[in-house]
Amino acid sequence: MEEAANVSKEVQLCAATYSVIHEKFGDAISAFDQNPTMPFFEVLDTALWTDIALFMRDHPKLKFNYMACLSGVDYPEEEKLGIVCNLESIGVYPHRIAVKVRCARQGGSIPSVACVWHTANWHEREAYDMLGIQFDGHPDLRRILCPDDWEGWPLRKDYRVQESYHGIKVPY
Amino acid sequence: MQELEMAGKGSSVRLTRKNDNVVVIEKDLATEEMVLSMGPQHPSTHGVLRLECRTDGEVVTEAEPYLGYLHRCFEKHCEHVDYPAIVPYTDRMDYLAGMNSEMAFAIAVEKLLDIELPRRVEFIRVIVSELNRIASHLVAIGTYAIDLGAFTPFLFCFRDREHILNLLEWASGARMLYNYIWIGGLAYDVPADFNKRVGEFVDYFRPKAVELSRLLTENEIFVKRTRGIGIMPADVAINYGWSGPMLRGSGVQWDIRRNDPYSIYPELDFAVPVPDGKLSDVGDCLSRHLVRALEIEESLKIIEQCLEKIPSSEGFDPRAAVPKRIRPKAGEVYARAENPRGELGFYIQSDGKSTSPLRCKARSSCFVNLSAMKDLSRGQLIPDLVAIIGSIDIVLGEVDR
Repeated sequence: MEEAANVSKEVQLCAATYSVIHEKFGDAISAFDQNPTMPFFEVLDTALWTDIALFMRDHPKLKFNYMACLSGVDYPEEEKLGIVCNLESIGVYPHRIAVKVRCARQGGSIPSVACVWHTANWHEREAYDMLGIQFDGHPDLRRILCPDDWEGWPLRKDYRVQESYHGIKVPY
Repeated sequence: MQELEMAGKGSSVRLTRKNDNVVVIEKDLATEEMVLSMGPQHPSTHGVLRLECRTDGEVVTEAEPYLGYLHRCFEKHCEHVDYPAIVPYTDRMDYLAGMNSEMAFAIAVEKLLDIELPRRVEFIRVIVSELNRIASHLVAIGTYAIDLGAFTPFLFCFRDREHILNLLEWASGARMLYNYIWIGGLAYDVPADFNKRVGEFVDYFRPKAVELSRLLTENEIFVKRTRGIGIMPADVAINYGWSGPMLRGSGVQWDIRRNDPYSIYPELDFAVPVPDGKLSDVGDCLSRHLVRALEIEESLKIIEQCLEKIPSSEGFDPRAAVPKRIRPKAGEVYARAENPRGELGFYIQSDGKSTSPLRCKARSSCFVNLSAMKDLSRGQLIPDLVAIIGSIDIVLGEVDR
């Protein structure tokens, strides 16, 4: 990973943390994508995501104690939904990394990491609300921004808004 | 005062005798939990937030926040408009700190486009966003004082905030929703005498800030209402993803302007204040208030340094680096900036073909800060709950987006 001399210091730090995770989980995670704007790796074996998250939080060399962001994303061409997590270490190390997890669009689910980072609780609820991603083991998976009886998943690319909501005309 | 138990068993009436008058003090005491809805139209929730409290007498056993009353589909809109047209939407997220929100979004897109900005643009950006930070903290402090029953500090805060809004209106043409910081530059250069006026404001405001903290931070009633209330330990705060004054209130010296610097902040000299535990208990409501009060002074310092170092306006074109057509190459970015309320981040995904993002997610600081409400409220008194919500300093426009 270090052979490219034009890679910034930030990405090098990121690559170092990746190799620690790769050593432990091997083929369960993808190769490291060292783009300059958001270096990331993808979790290929979705079932291991909670384990990887715990490992990343607690390993003495990693200590990703802070989840900055969790965004739900729709990938309609690949028939998949996914999340992108931006993790970093506050007060311990200067590194930060992004992790992607994907699942099938129909009937797929992603393990919840709300037990690892409390931040994930509301962010996963938001991803569920907006994209209909199911999170296994989430303590309280309800809609958060839309009303409970709203139909459909607004941020999916094929979303059609409902005609009326409790007798109120919706699309204008 | 003498207390009598009437009729012994079976009756739940307790009487008190005082100066030969018999007064019924408790009748048919209900001892079960009561569900009490605070909000959405409740002054102490700072907007349209609803807290469903389960109360046992005056003690809150649990408070569950319900949001979404101000949801305006920011992320859905982003997928349908061009990049420059998203900037006004970011104003409407955190409407008390529009400049800071615009700056965070502009930084994210500029990182994706990989463009270099003229130095004067960076300085003006920092000046206006630090001014906006002071204005936002003034609202936070003023409304917090009102929550706890002090009206005068609120008037003081709004009087001084008015000067800042006038300055920003002079530069951008709008008082709150600026659309001033564009991707790659600024809408206009600042007016000719702007720097002089900002300097005058700093000189005027310094003593007023001292006066304000005399009035509020050293106020016995205010301290009694906030000290030791709603304590959040540092490790839990990090795990909850707290940022900004909330995290620093818990004693973690973490400021994105310092720890993940952007713009010209590395060149500037400013402190990151954290409570030392003398005036307040670290992590309580008073600490969070103190951090905001101290940050005002740091922002003034930053503005002064910028006014000294800012390059002259000769031959300056604020739109020189503004791209004619924004179509970033395929890729994604997560960039953030230190807002008055914490870390405002934007995750943007571009497909390389479209002039609008494929996905744009706003990581709102108050949304994350508020998510700890359930844990913070457990076992608190109802009046303390008001103190805790106030100390979180939420702007519902940003929570609900």
